[in-house]
Parts: sequence; structure tokens; C-alpha cells
Amino acid sequence: MTVAVNIASVALMTVGSFFVIVGALGLVRMPEVFTRMHAAGIIDTVGTGFLILGMCLQAGASLVTLKLLFLLVLFFFGSPIVTHALAQACLHENIQPRLAEDRRDITSPPAASADDGRQP
Amino acid sequence: MMFAAAAAAILTALALVIARAIRGPTVFDRVLAGNSVGTLAILLLAVIGFLTGRPEFLDIALTYGLLNLIGTLAVLKFFRHGDLAYDVDTETKS
Repeated sequence: MTVAVNIASVALMTVGSFFVIVGALGLVRMPEVFTRMHAAGIIDTVGTGFLILGMCLQAGASLVTLKLLFLLVLFFFGSPIVTHALAQACLHENIQPRLAEDRRDITSPPAASADDGRQP
Repeated sequence: MMFAAAAAAILTALALVIARAIRGPTVFDRVLAGNSVGTLAILLLAVIGFLTGRPEFLDIALTYGLLNLIGTLAVLKFFRHGDLAYDVDTETKS
């Protein structure tokens, strides 16, 4: 039992460390601010999620686990709020995302594909 | 051993994120990097708490997480409106 929990904890923390490094690499390598927000989101969700779950398994059922879960909830709600505010501030400053094809004018799909040929 | 490896990974990520904060072309890149530095600092605090066997570090991590969220939002509001005491009503009236 203890060995299994230890192995699971090591695996979770390894995956978490991997995704933290991947997110930081993305933050350095990505071309513009909107794609960098995506890389920062990887650190905030997958990296912290796996690392904190691994630490929860090490702590067992105690107050430490409760604090770690509070930390997880804080990241779960805080990271999207910060990303949303940052994207809104960028658009307010007229920093536009770099797009291969601007499809923001298309508000509804064409009428021909709406019924998928069910009408005779 | 496992916590030391995790701490090393977090420190590596911290170095990369600080490089982005120094290089960042716009101010929003720096705000984003600052928020990520806060996130990684919280993780490092939690890992160091386990590494030294003192889980009191988690309280500091929780406090720092709340401060990080509020601080980033305040900085963003300042850059957007140029004023922390921005009021919507005064802008619509004038």
C-alpha cells in the first residue's frame, strides 16, 4: 500500500515537473503575448495540478492535504481570471493576435450546411 | 530526493520565466511573466516545506497566492486605466 502510494506520488510529481518546464519553455519560445498566455496556462493548470496532487499523496489525510487542496482551488479560479484580464488589457491597448486567417467576421455558418441534407 | 528533483525543475522554469520577464517586448509580457513567477514561487514554497519537513510553509504559500492574484489584477487595472481608483460612472458622464 505504502509502496504503491509512493510510486504514484513520484509519477505525479515527475509529470508535474515536466509540464512546469514545458510551460516555461513555451513562455520563452512562443512568438507573441496571446500564445504566451497559453504557455503560462499550462504552468498554472497541469504543472501545479500534478505537483500538488503528488504532494497530497505524500502528506496523507491531514491538515496539510487540506491546505494543498485550497491552493489547488485558488489556482483553479485565479489563473483564468488573470488570463482574461490580461487578454482584455492587451486588446484594449490594440495588441491584436497574429492570425493565419481572420474569421472573426463570420458570425453564423452558411445556410446550405445547416440541415446536413436531411431536407428533401 | 523526489522533492529535490521537483525543486530543481521549478528553479529551472523560474530562470526561463525571468528571462522572458527581462526580454519581454511589451509590458503585458512582463505582467504575464510576473504572474508565472508568483505561481512558481508558490510551488517552490510548498516543495521546500516538504523538503525540510516544515509544512508551515504552506500557509505562506496560500497567502502569497492570494497576494499574487490581487497584485496582478491591480497592475493590469493600472495599465489599462492609468489609475487604480478608476470609476466607470465618471467616464460615462464626461
